[in-house]
Amino acid sequence: MAVTPATSHLSYSLSYFWYQLRRSPMMLLGLVLIVLMCLAALLAPLLTAHDPNAIDLGNRLLPPSAAHFFGTDEVGRDLFSRVLYGARQSIGVGIFVAFVASAIGSVIGCFSGVIGRSVDRIIMRTMDIVLSVPSLVLTMALAAALGPSLFNAMIAITIVRIPYYVRLARGQTLSIREMAYVQAATTFGAGRSHIVRWHVLRNALPPVIVQMTLDIGNAILMAAALGFIGLGAQQPTAEWGAMIASGRNFLLDQWWYSTFPGVAILVTAIGFNLVGDGVRDMLDPKQKVK
Amino acid sequence: MTPNSQSNTARHVAAPAAQQDTIPPVLDIADLHIEFPIYRGAVRALNGVTIRVQQGEIVGVVGESGSGKSVTAMMSMRLIPQHSYVVRKGSIHKSGKNILAASEKQMRQIRGSDMAMIFQEPMTALNPTMRVGRQITDVVSTHTALSPKQARERAISLLREMHIADPEQVFDAYPFELSGGMRQRIMIALAFSCEPSLLIADEPTTALDVTVQKQVLMLLRERAKKTGTAILLITHDMAVVSQFCERIYVMYAGSVVEQGAAADVINRPAHPYTRGLLGALPENARPGAPLLAISGQVPNLADLPAGCAFRNRCRLQGDACSRVPPLLPLTSAADAPGHAAACWMTVREQHDA
Amino acid sequence: MPDAVLTLDKIHVRFPVKRDWRGQARAWAHALNGVDLSVARGETLGVVGESGCGKTTLAQVLMGLQPPTQGQLRWHTDRGRPNVQIVFQDPQSSLDPRLPVWKIITEPSYVKGEARESAMRARAARLAEQVGLSPDYLNRYPHEFSGGQRQRIAIARALASDPDVIVLDEPTSALDISVQAQIINLLFELQRKHQLTYILISHNVSVIRHMSNRIAVMYLGQIVELGDTAQVLARQRHPYTRLLLDAVPVLGAPLPERAVQVIPELPGNRVLPTGCFFLDRCVFRTQGCERRQQLKPVSTDTPAHRVRCHRYDHDEPDGK
Repeated sequence: MAVTPATSHLSYSLSYFWYQLRRSPMMLLGLVLIVLMCLAALLAPLLTAHDPNAIDLGNRLLPPSAAHFFGTDEVGRDLFSRVLYGARQSIGVGIFVAFVASAIGSVIGCFSGVIGRSVDRIIMRTMDIVLSVPSLVLTMALAAALGPSLFNAMIAITIVRIPYYVRLARGQTLSIREMAYVQAATTFGAGRSHIVRWHVLRNALPPVIVQMTLDIGNAILMAAALGFIGLGAQQPTAEWGAMIASGRNFLLDQWWYSTFPGVAILVTAIGFNLVGDGVRDMLDPKQKVK
Repeated sequence: MTPNSQSNTARHVAAPAAQQDTIPPVLDIADLHIEFPIYRGAVRALNGVTIRVQQGEIVGVVGESGSGKSVTAMMSMRLIPQHSYVVRKGSIHKSGKNILAASEKQMRQIRGSDMAMIFQEPMTALNPTMRVGRQITDVVSTHTALSPKQARERAISLLREMHIADPEQVFDAYPFELSGGMRQRIMIALAFSCEPSLLIADEPTTALDVTVQKQVLMLLRERAKKTGTAILLITHDMAVVSQFCERIYVMYAGSVVEQGAAADVINRPAHPYTRGLLGALPENARPGAPLLAISGQVPNLADLPAGCAFRNRCRLQGDACSRVPPLLPLTSAADAPGHAAACWMTVREQHDA
Repeated sequence: MPDAVLTLDKIHVRFPVKRDWRGQARAWAHALNGVDLSVARGETLGVVGESGCGKTTLAQVLMGLQPPTQGQLRWHTDRGRPNVQIVFQDPQSSLDPRLPVWKIITEPSYVKGEARESAMRARAARLAEQVGLSPDYLNRYPHEFSGGQRQRIAIARALASDPDVIVLDEPTSALDISVQAQIINLLFELQRKHQLTYILISHNVSVIRHMSNRIAVMYLGQIVELGDTAQVLARQRHPYTRLLLDAVPVLGAPLPERAVQVIPELPGNRVLPTGCFFLDRCVFRTQGCERRQQLKPVSTDTPAHRVRCHRYDHDEPDGK
């Protein structure tokens, strides 16, 4: 009776997803890069025998070799393992920021859009104020005020990202509110809370998901920036931005010190961005095959 | 073709019947099979469509969703992105020029000057950020050699020909300032601005109020007769097509199931689908009585059954229907020339394939 | 009217369209300009008109989505609060694309708080069968169904709360002819079974003629003719009704050969005319048209058939 075949919904969705992936080589590349970096983060202890914090002053600033794939830093720590363990910090921060900022921001945005009137105006003007300050500057200021630590850096980045989600979710909410199915719900007595729970949240989700995926890359860059100026994870924790900063002093002769963490940041951010683009294309209704 | 600013004689005269064989039809779609590849298969949008429009004729294509009528129109203008479809068989020729094989550059020259199209939603067809007059003069300047002043005069005279009361005012207006009927007339003005030999109208009056619809159709007919333009009207409205068109093609699931003169097809429908459609109209029923609905639904074009596409919904279906019926002419050619239906059961006389 | 389920009394609705810098309204769109109407229990009232006539606003007033600027809406139901549901024109946007169909159908019950999932699924299955949908597909999403099926889902949802009145806002305009026939038949059947009252709003005169007992012709926010469908359509009294019917394409009748006249611009509702609203398009204009017209019975024998045109006033010496 209905038009689509009655195979198992899940296996159909998965193979359709694979079909979409094959048509979008960029997204496939992004996915591969992300998976690699995540595996690196998760399996760090298995992938390297070296302790990332083990100081070995006899082997300072060694170039890349079979024993030390990425060389060593100025106190003899193996850079390969530091990059691998650093992935945990960076990807962790990225995912935390993206999820928490999007969750908080969307909820505020949806309720603001549904309630409307002065509450909506107050919230939006507050968000406008936050958004008017360049985000990097504001993040640094907040992180500095909270004190240098990885956790505070995460909080700072999250807070600065929230207004983007509020604005996005509110925009979606405003257009969803005008849809006929919301009007229908109103006619059978649905209150605002029901409308938000049943209609607004699930329909506002796709653009939020896309933004979230793109944001992970952004947050990783931001965390690295904070680390670079000393506001993120503190020594001796391995963190990519901090490593690049330390490596600056040795850039001319020991190029590997800053380069490998830099490449790691690049690869991870690109991976998430490619996946974000791909997710947006997939969820774009104009791309849907009829 | 040389530009004319005002032509009182039709540029394209409908040729007398005897000469029809030598002059190529303005639009010749021959046995066209088109598919759209999708995940796990393909949507068979057109399955052997043959439609011909002679010079100066007004032809209608009527069908419901999934019939392929819009795809036919879009393909004739080559508006569908080339990588999204596959031509399995068949061809489209516009006055002898091969449309499917033409390059994009050639198509750009053909569109607008040689053939034009008007759509259902005039709001999306007009640029909302540009004044209406400028949109017309842009088209005129692209295809003719008129100076800007001449182009403006031509645009205003076109608007006046559309029976618009104050054309200078409308010339300076933006699309959102105008009503739907007015915008559709501007679309028609745009379409006729370079006096094409073929105009394809895809549901041009569906979004309009009925009082405006009547006048717009009359206007279309008047302009077409004046410039000798042939019209291919795509619609789902049987009443409109019976009023406006000389010949009708009825499409179902990507094929032409019946064709003939409008009066013949409407008054003496031969194909069970056409009969079903006409029988389902509220106009043809007693008020309050249940309508004769066609049972079942349109088949999935990605999964067409073998044989006649209508067989699962047809009361007359029999064993012969497991083979796809070709268009078979009905009885005597004398009183109903060109009336044919693709049905084994209703057509008595069989034509050798 | 005896056994009226609903009465509209001098309903006016206007919307602010321009505000000055202080937020005060400067210009208004007058959507409804004095609608008086009673709807009898169990009947189908057809409301026909073109763009700008106010029929969409009327639907919103009936549904309680738009409070009238003036006038009163009175429901005469046993339960006090009216139970009126609506079926929209566009089956695509009237169903939440991210909810499974069984949830869409039983949403009214969830809103009321009767929310046990197993009971709701069973209810959805029963309603689906009533509208001709197979209960096996209720876990699917709207985009997996055809337009006609989606409209059936919308109808099932309207039935879910056991309504007295259903407002049908262009229910078949977005559907193919063959699907339209199926939906019309379904609506007839449901009306018989559940003693429903329908208010059918449409621009499609054929559908209205087929389904309605009575018809109200609207123009610029007013009812210009009201009466039994067969009578009104057979012998149109109001000049606009005549114009409207004249324009409806008739199967098989070719377009008239006469030349195209100036194509009518449907009137805007920002500034209302001081006299008869139809005056500038009316071919019968005469003395008396410069006053506002009232909706009055055509003749004393047919009080139920009313026209808004002084030419039918039996007080005045000149008749039609």
